[in-house]
Amino acid sequence: MGRKLLLDKINVENIRLYDVYRREGGYRSVEKALKTMSPEAVTEEVKKSGLRGRGGAGFPTGMKWGFLAKPAGVPRYLVVNADESEPGTFKDRYLMEFIPHLLIEGMITSSFAIGSNRSYIYIRGEFAWIVDILEQAIAEAKNNGWLGKNILGSGFDCEIYVQRGAGAYICGEETALLESLEGKRGNPRIKPPFPAVKGLWDCPTVVNNVETIAAVVPIINDGGEEYAKIGIGKSTGTKLISACGNINRQGVYEIDMTISVEEFIYSDEYCGGIPNNRKLKACIPGGSSVPILPANLLLTTAKGEKRMMTYESLADGGFQTGSMMGSGGFIVLDDRQCVIRHTFTLARFYRHESCGQCSPCREGTGWMEKILWNIETGKGKMSDIDLLWDIQRKIEGNTICPLGDAAAWPVAAAIRHFRDEFEWHITNPDDAQRRNYGLAGYADPIKIATPA
Amino acid sequence: MSEEKKLFKVTIDNITIDVEPGTTVLNAARQIGGDVTPPAMCYYSKLQGSGGKCRTCLVEVAAGSTADPRPMPKLVASCRTNVMDGMIVKNITSEKVIDARNGVVEFLLINHPLDCPICDQAGECDLQDLGYSHGKEGTRYEFKRRTFEREDIGPYIQLHMTRCILCYRCTYVADQITNTRVHGILDRGDHAEISTYISKAIDNDFSGNMIDVCPVGALTDKTFRFKNRVWFTKPVDAHRDCSTCCGKVTLWQRGDEVLRVTARKDQWNEVQNYDGKPGWICNTCRFDKKKTSDWVIDGLTNISRHSVISQGKYPGLVRPHEMLADVMGGREPKLLMDIHDVSEVNDPSVDLSLIEGPATSKDFEKK
Repeated sequence: MGRKLLLDKINVENIRLYDVYRREGGYRSVEKALKTMSPEAVTEEVKKSGLRGRGGAGFPTGMKWGFLAKPAGVPRYLVVNADESEPGTFKDRYLMEFIPHLLIEGMITSSFAIGSNRSYIYIRGEFAWIVDILEQAIAEAKNNGWLGKNILGSGFDCEIYVQRGAGAYICGEETALLESLEGKRGNPRIKPPFPAVKGLWDCPTVVNNVETIAAVVPIINDGGEEYAKIGIGKSTGTKLISACGNINRQGVYEIDMTISVEEFIYSDEYCGGIPNNRKLKACIPGGSSVPILPANLLLTTAKGEKRMMTYESLADGGFQTGSMMGSGGFIVLDDRQCVIRHTFTLARFYRHESCGQCSPCREGTGWMEKILWNIETGKGKMSDIDLLWDIQRKIEGNTICPLGDAAAWPVAAAIRHFRDEFEWHITNPDDAQRRNYGLAGYADPIKIATPA
Repeated sequence: MSEEKKLFKVTIDNITIDVEPGTTVLNAARQIGGDVTPPAMCYYSKLQGSGGKCRTCLVEVAAGSTADPRPMPKLVASCRTNVMDGMIVKNITSEKVIDARNGVVEFLLINHPLDCPICDQAGECDLQDLGYSHGKEGTRYEFKRRTFEREDIGPYIQLHMTRCILCYRCTYVADQITNTRVHGILDRGDHAEISTYISKAIDNDFSGNMIDVCPVGALTDKTFRFKNRVWFTKPVDAHRDCSTCCGKVTLWQRGDEVLRVTARKDQWNEVQNYDGKPGWICNTCRFDKKKTSDWVIDGLTNISRHSVISQGKYPGLVRPHEMLADVMGGREPKLLMDIHDVSEVNDPSVDLSLIEGPATSKDFEKK
């Protein structure tokens, strides 16, 4: 049984309410930080913990806070990115819905470290009911003196506001989020300048994921070094994984990053295996935008090592034979699933969500979707596969924000690992309408070439 | 003696130039000029915040600066990247850049209607130039192109979204040189469109400048639509005393008739500066003063020899050297048929620039 830091109290009845949360030891980190620590000490503690951003990119949080420009007389802001819209990722929703005070507590501590007197939660528009939950939690916290002027007599003021988005995936990109928060059209900004220098209303801003901010609570409570002891290497602490797809037990799991992918899928503690004893075909380990992996590369790396649920191990082999931890949206596909259909669905999503600002993403995502639809419906040509490859290559890296990359990677990985399935779809268009290509050799162990 | 300002040394395609700090890579390349300059579809030096969107000006930064000589991992938009001292930039010497740029041009063209034969912008269109220099002759796009309804925004301007490449320039014009903001981008992704909010008219004194900044034929002058091809008209610099704008314009004439009035453009197809300010012109000058008598003529506009607009207009131009004879070792090419034997039109002995007005069949009649 892995250690739980964020979700250990999730099953306590009414943990959503302040009284219960406080009784269970809530807001200890705020007390500790504001009464006994300096803002620099809090940042130092987060640096020591090795906490990495849980939103997708995995950038060290302490370092991010350290980069924050601190010119005199200019306010600084903490913005929590709760615009969780990645297909397959639903960990933040779970956290905010069931234990909102954990986020509020983390935000107060983090705001203290950063020096933000006004902090914002930018929440996905579709999470309408969670806005009410959060606002109730904020009101409760304020009534009990955790927010407002001069918190706990420390001289630190902090207010938290919740802002609802209007239903755009792109607003999960930090600069688009800031634009949207300012009341403008959610177009990503051109970086540099980075938000740490010029963010919200041109002031230095830190944008962090919900889970990252929540993880600050156990770090301050137990100390950064204690937190860093959990996990392997640079993947410290615990990570929320939202598992879905063809598994017996879908849901949000908190793992300490020491277990293997195989254990995560098949153990009863977590996903509980694949229903009806079917075989694993493929998996997207970190939310829809990271590369898909066939079963053989998922369970073992190209070097023949066991793949672990850590940032490094999942990324082992680069994009050739690896993937990414991403935002922790773990999507499992069994042998009945069609990779073409699946890739088409993602391409449609990215076309729909492209902001339309820069040309490769605006035009390329739609083009890929149309070609994939042709292949899926049996009208594809062999040359379409190379064309798709060429389009994704020309989108990737040439766009303003990472949405272009996110749209290109799933297509690239699908072609890289499942090219024979694409070809089967094209050469057997009638068959492809009636049945699936099946498992082929995707689950067979990888042959490792013996060195000469 | 005042302290000399420190200049940054930047190398673009092996050409080194000293520029002031704060200059963008694109502007540094423009100072060098020639082939080194990346094309720009959305960047407009006179509009704040423009650029970075079309991705045609991508360049490779091989070394960030003297202090930090690491290369940048991705191609960067040269219009929004400031130079650093000792920066080494690769534009046309980098295969990666050429490849990416060709890709961007392809993306820009897949949904473009390619209706140049009936488009008023043809002949002075940035996208046309870009297509010629970087485009392929065939398309790989086999789907229906996106289309929109034509829309009148205001009494003088027609918006044809089908041709638009979403450079956002016109929205910056509306934001920055006019008082009220009435138009912007609706929707997102590939169905995003420039529009006024619920087809409201754009009605202010400077709205016509949107036509000048549009790199394609999406915004056209309704007083000029389908009147003439630009290369048949003669551009003449002129001015008048105007109380609202600088009054310095280019008249596009045919005979004595003024078909169109635009602001004066520089070599980058941008509005020229006067007294340090961009020479935007007002709607009265642009749309209402269509008589030669309204204007004081300053002389012929200087048009690049490479532009189709210059054809047959300026006597005494240096003509390009005829290479064919050199290549063939002095022999004349053997023609299956010489068109001049059977057609009187375009007789090479008739100098078009010496003819008053456009050429007609009368000019070619053998006397």
